[in-house]
Amino acid sequence: MNIFCMILSSIARKVAMAISGLFLVFFLAQHFTINITSVISEETFNFLSHFMGTNPIVQFVLQPVLIFGVVFHFIMGFILEIQNKKARTNNYALYKGSENANWTSRNMIISGLVILSFLVLHFYDFWVPEINYKYVEVLPDNPNRYYEELVHKFHSPIRVGLYSVSFIFLGLHLYHGFNSAFQSVGFNNKFMIGVKKLTIAFSLIIPLGFIFIAIFHHLND
Amino acid sequence: MNLTLKIWRQSNSESKGKMVKYNISEISPDMSFLEMMDALNNQLIKKGDDPVAFDHDCREGICGMCSMFIDGEAHGPDRLTTTCQLHMRKFKDGQTITIEPFRANAFPVIKDLVVDRSAFDRVQQAGGFISINTSGNTQDANSIPIEKDDADRAFDAATCIGCGACVASCKNASAMLFVSAKVSQYSLLPQGKVEATDRVRNMVKQMDQEGFGNCTNTGACEVECPKGISLENIARMNREYLSTLLKS
Repeated sequence: MNIFCMILSSIARKVAMAISGLFLVFFLAQHFTINITSVISEETFNFLSHFMGTNPIVQFVLQPVLIFGVVFHFIMGFILEIQNKKARTNNYALYKGSENANWTSRNMIISGLVILSFLVLHFYDFWVPEINYKYVEVLPDNPNRYYEELVHKFHSPIRVGLYSVSFIFLGLHLYHGFNSAFQSVGFNNKFMIGVKKLTIAFSLIIPLGFIFIAIFHHLND
Repeated sequence: MNLTLKIWRQSNSESKGKMVKYNISEISPDMSFLEMMDALNNQLIKKGDDPVAFDHDCREGICGMCSMFIDGEAHGPDRLTTTCQLHMRKFKDGQTITIEPFRANAFPVIKDLVVDRSAFDRVQQAGGFISINTSGNTQDANSIPIEKDDADRAFDAATCIGCGACVASCKNASAMLFVSAKVSQYSLLPQGKVEATDRVRNMVKQMDQEGFGNCTNTGACEVECPKGISLENIARMNREYLSTLLKS
């Protein structure tokens, strides 16, 4: 079995899925840390957003890596789902999946599709206008515009609702994915109890925190 | 007990099967599930019908032959139990029980509830062994010191009877739990470490070639395994495979 075959193996795919997932978890934590400052201090949020929006390393190194990570995670997720469906083409007449596995672990593709739909809206809301501002219209640099843009987006209750529902699905996705990624890379020992507790904390704090930010700015607009 | 059984009937591997309903009465709660199936077959034979084909051998939970998917779960609703050790007292009088073969494309149906699990044999043949020179100079295994914890974990992995409940229960029809148990039972012991790299590489390659699905860590296999094989074995196999990949 040569190295190329090994990279294409089921375990290698699983590990790749886990590593890209952990990378996105790290990104989520960083994104949340910056966003939560918006409810504490407008100046701090503007400062951090301006830094992230103008720093060349963030813009031209980390951002492409992030986009690659997101695209890779989704494409690999779809590939695995298709392969798994092919492994059982005759389904059971009666299959009690809930007796041995929780809903989140059995329906990662559903929560993933909701997150993908959310990302389309999120990119339309923030990333596309940002690219337009900086690289299409090439408007003058304004370090104080970020807070206003954020608050403006959460004026609509429909958008706040859509964001909140999406974050609930993000929480469900994290509840299985975070913990599962460690198992996939071979980490399953006495520290796994701590990882499971961290998984619960992360899958609650981050999505609920994002929902709080959206509702906070909607009510304070 | 009076029961209604909905059983998958398929005359051979080429034909299209269907669920067929049977009524059976005077079933003792102390009967095993297979004894209940024997009673049904007696009833069918008396009527001149074709009896239901199902796999069984030791009927004491150690051979791994019995393989039914009972009421939506591999080996039925009981935990840490094979179908032969499942008793009718676990069901209610008047209940309808759905009985199907283990379903996975890697386990094609041969007839009724009998499936071809030779894919597991081929995975074993790819690396589930240690090479010993049997010239007469072989060192006695008992003379090799082994840490108690490693010996216990290797033994736990070795209790896998290869029944295929992990594949049947997994929503992806993944065989990771079986393969990882077979990898672990050798790799934890000094005798198995020598060929550990080739073993994991070859067994995973064969597993993929057989058409099993990918593991997504739902944990269904661990819950339904009649021998309680742990997911820790899958993590160990992943570690060993990654290590092999990096060395390559």
